[in-house]
Amino acid sequence: MNTATAEPTDFFSGAKAARSSARSLWSKFLSGICVGLALLTLVPLLSIVFLVLKNGLPLLSWNVFTELPPAAGMTGGGFGNAVVGTLLMVGIALALATPFGILSAIYINEYDPYSRLSNAVRFVAKLLTGIPSIICGVFAYAVVVLTTGGFSAWAGGFALAILILPTILLTAEQALLGVSKAYREASYGLGATNFQTIWRVVLPDALPAIMTGIMLAVARAAGETAPLVFTALFSQFWIQSLREPTASLSVLIYNFSTLPFEHQIKMAWTASLVLVILVTIANITAQVVFRRR
Amino acid sequence: MIKTMDSHPPHTASPQSAAPSELSQARADFLKVCDFDFYYGKKQALFKINMEIPQRQVTAFIGPSGCGKSTLLRNFNRMNDLIDGVHHEGDILLNGRSIYDKKIEIIALRRSIGMVFQKSNPFPKSIYENIVYSLRIAGVSNKRILDETVEHSLRGAALWDEVKDRLQDSALGLSGGQMQRLCIARAIANRPEILLMDEPCSALDPIATAKVEDLIHELKHQFTIVIVTHNMQQATRCSDRTAFFYLGKLIEYDETQKIFTNPGEKQTEDYITGRFG
Repeated sequence: MNTATAEPTDFFSGAKAARSSARSLWSKFLSGICVGLALLTLVPLLSIVFLVLKNGLPLLSWNVFTELPPAAGMTGGGFGNAVVGTLLMVGIALALATPFGILSAIYINEYDPYSRLSNAVRFVAKLLTGIPSIICGVFAYAVVVLTTGGFSAWAGGFALAILILPTILLTAEQALLGVSKAYREASYGLGATNFQTIWRVVLPDALPAIMTGIMLAVARAAGETAPLVFTALFSQFWIQSLREPTASLSVLIYNFSTLPFEHQIKMAWTASLVLVILVTIANITAQVVFRRR
Repeated sequence: MIKTMDSHPPHTASPQSAAPSELSQARADFLKVCDFDFYYGKKQALFKINMEIPQRQVTAFIGPSGCGKSTLLRNFNRMNDLIDGVHHEGDILLNGRSIYDKKIEIIALRRSIGMVFQKSNPFPKSIYENIVYSLRIAGVSNKRILDETVEHSLRGAALWDEVKDRLQDSALGLSGGQMQRLCIARAIANRPEILLMDEPCSALDPIATAKVEDLIHELKHQFTIVIVTHNMQQATRCSDRTAFFYLGKLIEYDETQKIFTNPGEKQTEDYITGRFG
């Protein structure tokens, strides 16, 4: 009797409460560390944006899109040909890699997920995601530049396509995996074929996630320098054909930033800003157009 | 769309409680399971099942989880073919013809057997597009036929009055009970021969459940219904015949009233009185 009445009835006092407040302090401490690290992560990201804006904005004008790069030591000019070249080669890369990537993902996820071929494709794709981009450049140099006899936009696009193919394939596979099994069952249960189920139910549902993967690929391809140095090289002029050396923003940034002229270095910053803006616009557009309904 | 899978006239009339006008047409062994074994990989899930499911009646499958009732149900429209590494022995006849007949297209089979799943699974499309999905994949594009099918199916599923003003809205905006009735409407849009229902009410509240059960009563005049349920009251309320499964075997199969009032097997009695399961 005596011991029973001695039990503390107030939950906020006594040894129990002390222990739980120590636990809650520990929890707050850990939450604090997470928040702090998240904020720290923002520092390099924001400082890049800040630096690019600060150094790139002064020269940003409509002229940079309409004029050709200035010769060494000269001022004025722009990099319109590099903007066009980058858009063109990223476009070629997407046109080559997207169908291969998505169709392969459909095969390895929808048709025969456990076959040897599917496992091989998955394995190779994962290997290729880690491949240094310069190797894609050397490969495209051997396969396209040497066989066609010169640097070209085609070769640049091809190198970028090799680079982004595994990203598109693997994100598309994840997107397809994310489609509820219940939708597939409903479709098959109503007498749909494999193709109808994929085309009418699975792909529409996976599309936003597939687009996210494609946008990641675009961002990567637009910023790559090494593959283009070996394949598209650079050009001081407007592009006349896909079979000649082609300018790109990334190679222009690389070239100009290593020059000893202040104007060219500023222009490299402006080109960086334009690159960031282009990728952002593409990203936002894709998210708006393919938003999950 | 195949309506009947062979041209024989239906023989024996059903001895069960169907209305007299339907007796002449209904076939007692519309769906016939013969010595059916089924395996997931090496694990045997069904053992020598033999049963005859009569036409235009409601047959309930009951039994504890993992007893094989859903497995058998999903064999009727060969949904289990989608699973890797399964195989079967024995046969299942639909209207006298094997569903495993090489000449029968699996697509045609599934079109003649509608299925309603445990968790309602409307497509993330409009109500209208959900209903006409089976017609669209069959290549029907006549707007008048599509419109008629939508109204007819939604009325058949007792959902028309609730959704007729918002057919173009997303099906995902419906309530749980409405979604399940939409799935029933979608399944009957094809005018199938058989409606398979895999625990259609297990995620619904009592009011929505009552609506679906009323619907089952209505639909059995046109369709042969097989329903898997964990709810014994539901089996007594809406089925004509009940099959009790345990550990992959068909223990007892008889008129629902007999199963629940005077079961022939001890195991059945133990299960329906709640002593195990």
